[in-house]
Amino acid sequence: MFELSEDQQAMVAMVRDFANEALAPNAAKWDETKHFPVDVLAEAGTLGMGGIYIQEQFGGSGLTRSDAVLIFEELAKADPTIAAYISIHNMVVWMIDSFGNTEQRAQWVPQLASMEALGSYCLTEPGAGSDAAALATKAVRDGDEYVLNGVKQFISGAGSASYYLVMCRTADTGSRGITAIVVPAETPGLSFGANEKKMGWNAQPTRQVILENVRVPVANRLGEEGGGFGIAMKGLNGGRINMGACSLGGGQTALDKSVAYLKDRQAFGGPLINQQALLFQIADMETELVSARTLLWRAAEALDRGAPDAVKLCAMAKQVATDAGFSVANRAMQLHGGYGYLSEYGLEKIARDLRVHQILEGSNEIMRLVVGRSVAGA
Amino acid sequence: MKIIVLVKQVPDTEEERRLDPVTGLLDRGANECVADEINERALEVALRHRDANKGTEVVALTVGPASATAVLRKALSMGADSAVHVVDDLLEGADIAATARVLAAAVQQAGFDLVVTGNESTDGRGGVVPAMVAEHLGLPLLSSLNTMEITPERVAGEATVEAGNLTVSALLPAIVSVTERSAEARFPNFKGILTAKRKPLATLSLEDLGVIPHGGGANSTVLTVSERPARTAGKKIVDDGTAAKDLADFLVASRLI
Repeated sequence: MFELSEDQQAMVAMVRDFANEALAPNAAKWDETKHFPVDVLAEAGTLGMGGIYIQEQFGGSGLTRSDAVLIFEELAKADPTIAAYISIHNMVVWMIDSFGNTEQRAQWVPQLASMEALGSYCLTEPGAGSDAAALATKAVRDGDEYVLNGVKQFISGAGSASYYLVMCRTADTGSRGITAIVVPAETPGLSFGANEKKMGWNAQPTRQVILENVRVPVANRLGEEGGGFGIAMKGLNGGRINMGACSLGGGQTALDKSVAYLKDRQAFGGPLINQQALLFQIADMETELVSARTLLWRAAEALDRGAPDAVKLCAMAKQVATDAGFSVANRAMQLHGGYGYLSEYGLEKIARDLRVHQILEGSNEIMRLVVGRSVAGA
Repeated sequence: MKIIVLVKQVPDTEEERRLDPVTGLLDRGANECVADEINERALEVALRHRDANKGTEVVALTVGPASATAVLRKALSMGADSAVHVVDDLLEGADIAATARVLAAAVQQAGFDLVVTGNESTDGRGGVVPAMVAEHLGLPLLSSLNTMEITPERVAGEATVEAGNLTVSALLPAIVSVTERSAEARFPNFKGILTAKRKPLATLSLEDLGVIPHGGGANSTVLTVSERPARTAGKKIVDDGTAAKDLADFLVASRLI
């Protein structure tokens, strides 16, 4: 049950080689210069990372969610920010591939799966975050077109992406009045806010997406009118475990660095690892990561099977793994003493990057709401 | 065109590699075993030609223990069309000469227009296997090429020698070895990894090849193996006004200047 197959081992080995060569040596520089490495993403695309759990018909890799969490953890060991963007991109491609018709899939999936074109997911608004069903961006039907007006907030990849999957209000009926519409980057009326200054995730742009009388053909609608909220929520199940996996990868690197540091650092007549108080910290960090990973793999397997408790398990796993990842990264800084606070040692970047995983893809408070409602049957 | 790429499983160079002090053989359990990077470059050269020229067939071939299958799987996942694994208990401890003899028999049996390999493995570092294989087969060898160009009748390329560059070419069939300056190896993609299992991988014994082993795998005998002595602390020079002279004397005494 917990043994990786030969194929999975080979995939993990490949992703590790790629991440060690293409991501790890550049992660600190990209963070410092706020560089979004679209060329490296395109390289990841040639390896199949743009459509990891997307069907093979239009260029996806056809892997499972259980494979995907292994892949994201491995990418995040080198750079949580890039791993997380690849997760967001995969979520967009999955929505188009799962809910689009054959023409839409044939048109968009090949270029997205190869990562020649990037995708952005536009759900959150300045006034609608956790309460996503309250979103206000409007799409009004006008003949064969929709006219979109509104503002989307905290959009990853905005300004660099070629396609924007925008959740819009087509009727004033709460969550049942939301529709998913694909907006190509070059559409007149589409513009972007400034690149937000933020604590971490600096290697991917975060901007507002501004829609002013943006006209797109009705053919750009995914699924039926009013079906958008269901699409958004289904996509997020996968997004949540991916983000959990990204936290585990960052946390694992922080732990590995801490073990190496404590074995090397001499104080009070020997290496610090001989101090039992510190060794116990290492034990707790390892236990937290392994516990979270175990739950995450279970959630991924449930999603692969379409199990009835998959939504609950994905929410639990997201909460536990993102809390574990940040907590481990934060303690790893402490174990490194003053060096943990220096950028050069790479610990503070991991903590800054992982902090937002507790907030996004459904905040960890919303995860508790999902779990609680599921348990209480409410 | 059929290109055979010789590949090899070696201990990971990221870790310290060990010889077993009793048997004198490589301690394969001491390290993670990986595909030798130099042969992946050889494979990349072959795959690039295949990608640009329909009708090209690329075969990965290794002589090694059962665990070496992993290296062939990786070659298949990178894009090789099929693989050949020569595995036989009689080959344990095979030295360069014995290995080259088996490799020559294996490529001859498989049939080829071109054999490409790395110029020197990262573990044995003999650097003579390609030449020995060529000698066994009576074919031309282009050794240590940095660049390589394959046409239907010829193979050509550039090699660095002490005094400059050599531009060389040979009629096919031929044997070529490449250096670390040749093509950067690709990563296998997910599809390649998943389809590797469905590609043909033949396992052959010495008997299958008609090679009669003589005296185990090796033609030479290892008399003793000793561990590299642990590094000792260097000499410290404290500057009491004569440090420059002391340093110069040390360098002269060590024949470093």
